[in-house]
Amino acid sequence: MESLPLYAQLINLLASVLLLLAFAMLAQRRVVTLIDLFAAQGLALACSTAIVAYATAQPHLYFSTAITLVLKVAILPWLLHRLVQRLDVKWDVEGLINVPTTMIVGLVLVIFSFNLAVPISQLANTVTRATLGIAMATVMLSFLMMITRRKAIPQVIGFLSMENGLFFAATSATYGMPMVVELGIALDVLVGMLILGVFFFQIREQFDSLDLKHMEKLKEGEAE
Amino acid sequence: MIEILAVLGFPLSGAAVLAALGHHRIAPKVNVAASLATFLAAAALTARVVSEGPLLVLDRQFFVDPFNVFLVALTAFIGFTTSLFSQPYMRIEEEHKRLSSARLRLYHSMFQLFSFTMLLALLTNNMGILWVAMEAATLTTVLLVSLYRSPASLEAAWKYFILCGVGIAQALFGTILLYFAAEKLLGAGGGALLWTELDGVKGQLGPTVLSLAFVFLLVGYGTKVGLVPLHNWLPDAHAEGPTPVSAVLSGLLLNVALYAVVRCKVLVEGALQTAFANNLMMGFGLLSVVVASLLLSRQKDIKRLFAYSSIEHMGIITFAFGMGGMVANFAGLLHMTVHSLTKSAIFFTVGHATQKTGTQVMDDIRGLITISPLVGWGLAIGSLAILGMPPFGVFASEFLVLTTAMREAPWATPFLLGALGLAFAAVFSKVQPMVFGETTARRLPMRPSMLPVFAHLGLVLMLGLWIPPFLADWYRQAARLIG
Amino acid sequence: MSMSAYLSQLVQVAVALMLAPLLVGWVNQCRAWLQNKRAPSLFLPYRTIRKLFVKDAVVAQNASPIFRLTPYIVFGAMTCAAAIVPSLATDLPFARAADAIALVGLFALARVFMSLAAMDIGTAFGSLGARRDMFVGFLAEPALLMVLFTASLISSSTSLPQIVDTLAHHEIGIYPSLAFAGVAFTMVSLAENARIPVDNPATHLELTMIHEAMLLEYSARHLALLEWAAALKLFNYSCIGLALFFPFGIVVSGADWLAVMSSAPLLVAKLAIGGVALALIETLSAKMRIFRAPEFLGTAFMLAVLAMLVNLLLGA
Repeated sequence: MESLPLYAQLINLLASVLLLLAFAMLAQRRVVTLIDLFAAQGLALACSTAIVAYATAQPHLYFSTAITLVLKVAILPWLLHRLVQRLDVKWDVEGLINVPTTMIVGLVLVIFSFNLAVPISQLANTVTRATLGIAMATVMLSFLMMITRRKAIPQVIGFLSMENGLFFAATSATYGMPMVVELGIALDVLVGMLILGVFFFQIREQFDSLDLKHMEKLKEGEAE
Repeated sequence: MIEILAVLGFPLSGAAVLAALGHHRIAPKVNVAASLATFLAAAALTARVVSEGPLLVLDRQFFVDPFNVFLVALTAFIGFTTSLFSQPYMRIEEEHKRLSSARLRLYHSMFQLFSFTMLLALLTNNMGILWVAMEAATLTTVLLVSLYRSPASLEAAWKYFILCGVGIAQALFGTILLYFAAEKLLGAGGGALLWTELDGVKGQLGPTVLSLAFVFLLVGYGTKVGLVPLHNWLPDAHAEGPTPVSAVLSGLLLNVALYAVVRCKVLVEGALQTAFANNLMMGFGLLSVVVASLLLSRQKDIKRLFAYSSIEHMGIITFAFGMGGMVANFAGLLHMTVHSLTKSAIFFTVGHATQKTGTQVMDDIRGLITISPLVGWGLAIGSLAILGMPPFGVFASEFLVLTTAMREAPWATPFLLGALGLAFAAVFSKVQPMVFGETTARRLPMRPSMLPVFAHLGLVLMLGLWIPPFLADWYRQAARLIG
Repeated sequence: MSMSAYLSQLVQVAVALMLAPLLVGWVNQCRAWLQNKRAPSLFLPYRTIRKLFVKDAVVAQNASPIFRLTPYIVFGAMTCAAAIVPSLATDLPFARAADAIALVGLFALARVFMSLAAMDIGTAFGSLGARRDMFVGFLAEPALLMVLFTASLISSSTSLPQIVDTLAHHEIGIYPSLAFAGVAFTMVSLAENARIPVDNPATHLELTMIHEAMLLEYSARHLALLEWAAALKLFNYSCIGLALFFPFGIVVSGADWLAVMSSAPLLVAKLAIGGVALALIETLSAKMRIFRAPEFLGTAFMLAVLAMLVNLLLGA
C-alpha cells in the first residue's frame, strides 16, 4: 500500500477528527462543553484549510482559514459563551432518544453519506476529494443533533456545525468557493448568530426557559 | 447600470436612515418615500430593458433579462403599496399598544433591508450571492415575525428560522455541487458561479452532479417557496407576524425563491436532457396543491387560511414550470404576477379586518360589510379573485395551466381540478359568513386606507381581461428562456 | 512446518503462562505507587496460586459437573488463545486452528462457562455476577469484533499472524482508522478484564462485583486455575493490542527460534509500559454505574465502526 504524502495524511487525520467531534457533540450533554467542541471543530477545519492552502499553493485559501479562525473559533464561541452565562443555561435534559440509539442512527447516517459521496469524489480533482464523504457525514450528524435536541442552544450549535460541514465539503471538493461568496456566507452566519442571541432573550423572557417543548403549541392540531 | 444601482441603493440607504430614526413620527413617510424611489428606479430599469434588451453589467455580476425584470418591477411595486398600507396600519397598532416605537424602528429598517435582499437576489448573476441574499432575506424577516413578542409569534419565528435555515443549508450544498460541476469547465474563481456563464456551458455540465445538486437546491429553495412537505413554517409565520410582513412574505419572498428554483432548473434541464427536474417540480407542485387544499377547510385563523392558499398557488406555479413549454411557462409567470397582487391585497384587507374586530379567529369575525363596507367588499372581491373566478387574472392563468395539464400530464388534471374545487368550497364557505354574516357591531368610524387593495385588484382584473402588449411580450420571452 | 516454528510456539505459550501473573503483580505495583501506598511483592500472584494449589478444594453439595469442569475449560481456552495471539513471533503452527473471529469465540466460550458455573450453585451473588458479566460481555463483543475487522480490512485476512505481518510492514505514518480502533480496543479490554472504570478488581463489596462475584464459590486448585486464567486473559488482551497497534519487534515469518528469544525482552518492556498505562487509567478514572456501561461500550463500538468506515473511505 503506497503511502500518501504527509499533507494528505494530515488532512485525513483532521477529517477523522472532525467526524469524531461531530459524534462527540451528538453524545455531549453539557452545553459549555458543546460550545468548546464546536470551537475545536472550527479549529480542525481551519488547520485543514491551511494545510490545503500550503500544499496546493492557493493563497486565497489562507483568507478562508483566517475567516474560519476569526469567526468560528473566536467570535461565535465567545458569543455563545456569553449567551450561556447571561441566560444561565447549564445542562440539557436527555434528548428525544437516548445516547446509544442516537449513536447507532448516527452510524447509519455516516454509512449513507459515505455511499452518497463516492461517485462525486471520483469526479473531483482535488487532493482532498476522499474527505467529501466525511463532510457530508458531518452535515448529516449535525442535522441529527438538531432533530434530537430539546433545548434551543444545542439546536443552534447543531445548525452551526452543519455549516461547518458544508464549508468542509466546499473545501474538499472544490478548493473553496469564490471569496466574495465565502465572505457573504460568513456575514450571514455572523448576523444569524446575533439575531439568534436577541431571539434567545425574547424566548427566555416569554417562557422563562429555553426548553423548546414550550414552543410546540402551534402544531397543526391547534389550528385544525 | 445606474438604474440597477438605484434599485439596490434606495432600499439600502432607506434601511440605514430608518435604523437611525425609525421611531420618529416621520418614519412611515420615509419608508414610503424609499419604497417609491425604489419603484421609480425599477420602472426606469424596466424601460431600459424593454428598449435595449438584456443587460449584463458591473463585471457580469448583475444580469437583467425579461424573466427577472418583471419580477423586479413587481417586487418594487408591491413593496411600495405595502409601505402605503403599513403607514396607517402600524400607527393604529402602536395606538393599540401592541407595538412600541423602538420595535417600529426595527420594523421599518428591516422592511427596507428585506426589499434590498429581495432585489439583490433577483438582479444578481452570481449563484453564490443569490444564496447569500436568500439567507439574508430570511434573517431580516425572522425578527419581524416575532415582532409582537407573544409566545405564538416567538414559536412561529423560531420554526421559521430553524426550518428555513436548514433548508437554506441544503441549498448551499446544492450551490457547492453546482460550483463543483462548473469549475471543471469554467475554471475556479467567480466566473464559475455566474448564471450566464453556466447557461452557456450547461450542455456539458456533469449529469450526476447536477441532478444531485438540483435535488438539494429544490429542497433548499423549495422550503422557502413553501412546497409540501417543507411548508411547516409558512402558516405560522404568516399568522403571527404583522400583516404587512405577511403580505410581503406571500407576495414577494415566495416568488423570489421560486425564481431561484427556476433558474437552477434551466441549468439542470440543459445538462441532463431528461425530464428529471421537470418531474420533481411537477411532483412537489402537485403535492403542495393537494395537501394545501385539503388543509384549507380545517383552518380557524384567517391568516393561516390565506397562508395555505399561498402554498396552494405556489404549488400551481411550480407545477406549471415543471410542465414546461411556452404556454405553461407563460401561465406560470402570469400566475406569479396575479397571485402576488391578489394575495397582498387580501392580506391588506385581512389586516384591516382583524384590526377592526380585534381577532384573527374566523368564527369571531362576522358581518364585515356592516362594520366597514370597504373592507367587506375588498375581502369578498379579493377572495373571489384568488379562487379563480373570471374575469380576474387568476382565472386566466389557472385556465392555461389546466389546459396544458390536460394535454401534457392528463393524470394530474383530476387532482388539480379536485384541489381547486375543494379550495373554492373551503375558502368561500369561510369568507361568506365573515363578510355577509349577521353582526351586532356598529359601523366603525375609521376609514381604512383601501387604495392599495383596490389598486392591486384593479390590476388583476385588467390582467384577466387584457394583458398589455409589452407585458405579454416579456412573458413570452421569459417563457422561451425558461424552456 | 519447521522445527523452529514449533519451538517458537512452545516458547510463546510458556512465556505467556509464566509472565501472566507477573503482569498482574506489576499492574498492582504501579497502582500502589500512583496511590502512594506500599505495594505487595511483585511475585505475590505466584505465591497466591501456589498456595491455592496446595489447599483442599471445598465444593458445594449441589454443584454439578459444570462447576468442577469450568476452571479447566476456562484455563484451557485462555492457553489456546495465548497460543494463537502472536506475541513473540508470527510463525505459529497453532494459529491455523483459529483466526481472529474464532479468537473472539474462544473468549466467549470462557465467558459462557464462567457464567454457567456462577449460576450453578444458585447463590444470589453468583447469579448477579453472571448477569452483569454477560451484560458487559454482550456489548463488548461487537466492539472487539469491529476492531478486529478493521485490522482485517487493512491486511485482507482474518488470520492473526497474517494481520500482524501486514501491519508490521506498514509504513510509518498517521492512520486515523488505527488510532480510533486503538482507543476502541482499550475501552473494550478495560471492560472485558474487569478493570476500572467498568469493574473494580480489588473490591470486596459483593454488590459492586462483576467478575469477582463469579469466583466467590471456588477454592483451592479451581480458584488457582481461575485466577491464573484471569491473568492470562489480561496478558492475551495486552498482546493483541500490542500485536495490532505496536507490532514492531515481533519476529515475522522466516526467522529462527533464537530470534524469538531476543524478542522476549522487547515484549516484557512493552508489557511493562502497558501495565503503567493501565494503572494510570485505573487511578484516574472512577468506577461507573453498571447502567452507564452501555454508553461506555456503545462509544467503543461506535469508535470501532468509525475506524472501519474511515478506513474504507480514506484508505488510511
